[in-house]
Amino acid sequence: MILELHEKLKSRKLSSVELTRHYLKRIAADRTNSYLTVCEEESLKEATAADARIASGKDVTPLTGIPLGLKDILCTNGVRTTCASKILGDYKPPYDATSVERLKRSGAVTLGKLNMDEFAMGGSNENSAFGAVKNPVNPEYVPGGSSGGSAAAVKAGLAAATLGTDTGGSVRLPAAFTGTVGLKPTYGLVSRYGLVAFASSLDQIGPLGATTEDCAAVLSAIAGHDPLDSTSFKREPADYVALMAAERGKKLRIGVPKEYFVEGIEKAVAEKFSEARKGLEKAGHTFVEISLPHTEYSVAVYYILAVSEASSNLARFDGVRYGMRAKGDLSLTEMYSKTRALFGEEVKRRIILGTFALSAGYYDAYFKKACQVRRLISGDFSEAFKKVDAVMAPTAPSAAFRLGEKIADPLKMYLNDIFTIPVNLAGLPAISTPIGRAAQGLPIGMQFIGRHFEEPRILALSKQVEEEVYREKVDHGF
Amino acid sequence: MDFEAVIGLEVHAQLLTRSKLFCGCSTDVHSRTNANVCPVCAAHPGTLPVLNRKAVEFAVKAALATNCRINSRSIFARKNYFYPDLPKGYQISQYDQPLAVGGYIDIEAAASKRVRLTRIHMEEDAGKSVHAQGYSMVNLNRAGTPLIEIVSEPDIRSAEEAGAYLRKLRAILMYIDVCDGNMQEGSFRCDANVSVRPRGSGKFGTRAEIKNVNSFRFVEKAIEYEIRRQIQIVESGGTVVQETRTYDSGKNVTVSMRSKEEAHDYRYFPEPDLIALKIPEAMITVAQATLAELPDQKKNRYEQMGIPAYDANVITSSKKLAEFFDEACGTGEVHGEGLNSTFVSPKDVSNWVIGELLRLLKADEREIDDFKMNPYHLRTLVKLVREGAINNNTAKTVFEEMYKTGREPGEIVQAKGLAQVSDAGAIEAAIAEVIAANPSQHQDYKSGKDKLFGFFVGQVMKKMAGKANPAVVNGLLKKKLSQ
Amino acid sequence: MAKIDFSSETVMKVAHLARLELTAEETAKFSSQLTKILDYVEKLNSLDTSKVEPMTQVHDVETPLREDETRPSPGAAAILDSAPEQVFDNYKVPQVIATKGKDEA
Repeated sequence: MILELHEKLKSRKLSSVELTRHYLKRIAADRTNSYLTVCEEESLKEATAADARIASGKDVTPLTGIPLGLKDILCTNGVRTTCASKILGDYKPPYDATSVERLKRSGAVTLGKLNMDEFAMGGSNENSAFGAVKNPVNPEYVPGGSSGGSAAAVKAGLAAATLGTDTGGSVRLPAAFTGTVGLKPTYGLVSRYGLVAFASSLDQIGPLGATTEDCAAVLSAIAGHDPLDSTSFKREPADYVALMAAERGKKLRIGVPKEYFVEGIEKAVAEKFSEARKGLEKAGHTFVEISLPHTEYSVAVYYILAVSEASSNLARFDGVRYGMRAKGDLSLTEMYSKTRALFGEEVKRRIILGTFALSAGYYDAYFKKACQVRRLISGDFSEAFKKVDAVMAPTAPSAAFRLGEKIADPLKMYLNDIFTIPVNLAGLPAISTPIGRAAQGLPIGMQFIGRHFEEPRILALSKQVEEEVYREKVDHGF
Repeated sequence: MDFEAVIGLEVHAQLLTRSKLFCGCSTDVHSRTNANVCPVCAAHPGTLPVLNRKAVEFAVKAALATNCRINSRSIFARKNYFYPDLPKGYQISQYDQPLAVGGYIDIEAAASKRVRLTRIHMEEDAGKSVHAQGYSMVNLNRAGTPLIEIVSEPDIRSAEEAGAYLRKLRAILMYIDVCDGNMQEGSFRCDANVSVRPRGSGKFGTRAEIKNVNSFRFVEKAIEYEIRRQIQIVESGGTVVQETRTYDSGKNVTVSMRSKEEAHDYRYFPEPDLIALKIPEAMITVAQATLAELPDQKKNRYEQMGIPAYDANVITSSKKLAEFFDEACGTGEVHGEGLNSTFVSPKDVSNWVIGELLRLLKADEREIDDFKMNPYHLRTLVKLVREGAINNNTAKTVFEEMYKTGREPGEIVQAKGLAQVSDAGAIEAAIAEVIAANPSQHQDYKSGKDKLFGFFVGQVMKKMAGKANPAVVNGLLKKKLSQ
Repeated sequence: MAKIDFSSETVMKVAHLARLELTAEETAKFSSQLTKILDYVEKLNSLDTSKVEPMTQVHDVETPLREDETRPSPGAAAILDSAPEQVFDNYKVPQVIATKGKDEA
């Protein structure tokens, strides 16, 4: 989609202002609750500048003039950033996240800020202080989370592509539930500077798009080393569209982990997966069964590590320097506790669990133990990648579930992340690609997992699925 | 019962970097309120720390200078607690894998002693809270300033040893230019862990921690008080409570702040925003090679120059004093060929420093390096004496004037007319006058009363306002009196 | 690791440590939910990890260091712009009673 729009913009068949207006109009009529903040004025200004840039012919990138949406956990200079929480109030960051700055530098238009689970904590986008996001495919179903707004906006045609963040599956799961493509890059490939931290050792920013190519185009703009993020890897920016193309045609050995097909996997998911596998076999790839023996521990590890880091990361929301402060004649402790009571229920639950897991007497049993098992899980992948070039697995055990269906049982909700979490623990890149629809018409996704920094390979596989197995329809009303 | 004190010290030293530990804000302490604060050190959402290379180099230097072993891999950790001047809700520090471990510092107190160091780790400072009526004010200028914490083993047994340890540690850090040692401004702060036990016991008593005392004298007094207090408690059958105490310098007592029952749970865990700190071998090599001469090395050098051990120890206890001495002697490493390379006896210089300078400073109740005197002026003074231009007594007057006004000695001698007279004609004239004025004494002398020689010397010197060269006076007087 | 009964008292104690005011319903709910979750986490104990180095970072690369250069700060007015309360260029907070560097327990 992006590259087609880029051609139209370049040949002046379409202006960025027209394109931006088109999306703004659709956003105004949105019924998915995808946007928390719409930057009408700013985006039109950016579109005008992009048109001038295209007219001048200088520094035109594939994203110049393309309207994009940003998950509201990415800081935007002077534009309200809420993390879908009440606690930040009307907070306007004094700076742009590196990824946002890079998008702007490449000439992209930023339409606004997208709904999400509060502080990216959730798998259904029902944990937003501003209301749940509805799945554009069927409004009675969740879009997945936490980047639910980012996925829904792509599906509903409310942005050409979007940025989300993925800590335990938060890009891939909503991509699978909405029939969009979502890429979680290698940990360290995209700068986390300006991404409001949930779990620092797991968080990565990633693109969601209608096609694989869209994800590759957006990744090209945001990837690469950033001196402001110490965990950012020393890698130069690259053209992932070209790198992806160069990977095509390679016949690969693809591993399918047997542990992902035991209990609880929905029949339709298994069926569509097997169709996709057949399609890729026909295209010349070889499949082998592999074992990732510690998979069953990944949810337990994740929900100790992520919440521990989160309990510390969220300590800064204390009512002193920004955001909301509880009113009244309060002692310092009361001011802290009442201000922080503005966090939503899921966030509170995780802060309690994380604080506990780090506390005196429990650190070794929980936090340290989880870090040790994390190494085992990561080791599973290292072993597997000695035998195979990529791993293919379902993104989630099921298609999207109904709004409210799992919200009362956190553990059930957490177990939904079982296929996405191991990738974050190991810091690997993975892409979720649509592979069909379940009986009720709900999309089903599948993910390719690559070695560290082998984004081009998994992008190429995803594109091949699009071309040779299944392609979700995209309708942005053009 | 006979008791002994067991003391361990934790020192926080601010590193002399231009910018903060994790962001580019200035570390200037004299800036306006919250002028040196950015989204990173104010912990705005999404911001991340990036480590300052210089701070690491300084910490490595400090570790080398205190004989520590540097861990090739150390880990930053988050220390979690809520306080308004701690913006992130955690302090980035080091916990179970610090930068350096196992050094020592040799001190001179009642006896020479080696105090072992447990560890040196890097961390960031917090901001500053000022408490007003009904509310508190937070200034984050200091938040994120680089510190090293130097933790000693409980090897110290007296307030005097604690003082000696702190002075030595401060001198070392100042010698190697990593800390300005300013205690008033808090760039060198000390917490003392104090306990008592029956002498010879192998077990430790319950300790109290005395926090943030801001001068050496107060640290010593606070420890002395605390030792007395704890001994009294034990002797009267009580038990010492583990707690944090502050020192009230007005009343010279330590006061309980809170007891450790309400122990804090800092929930340390590895800082995920920073990669493990791996010190490159090259950084250690360079730090070692560029490490300035340390107090102990200087002291050895002075002793080899013929300075008595005690004097050498005093002079090297302060970097500024030692540099003054080196320049006055013209023997400094850098200033070996100073302004004037004529040899000056280091022993003469050290006599002036240890004798006159310290006497004057003590009379003024000043620290041993709290003076303004040009080292080349002292050098000139020593030469004036050696060349016989002024005598020793006059020189003391000149030195005092140099100490007070900072003027050049030659100028002082001239202005006050203090130059020594060696001219035989002038002295002979004075002698003639004295002999003429005291005929009977002259008779007595000639008839064998040798003791009267001193009387005549005094009279001549008096006549010449003390400026006559004593050697010339003696020679001429002997000749004239016997005529 | 013994089986943890995440009692309401434990929830309240931890909530205080985290400076988080919870309602009675939240406390009760978290107690039962977190007990269940920690029960699930118990499965980690079936693994012998005595010889496993904890993994806290994905890439164990060279430590990034920045040069000791100052950058202009935005200034007190700009940085305090987002503060809920300020006084004389300071962040204003309720009176701090406890001692420096510590919470008031």
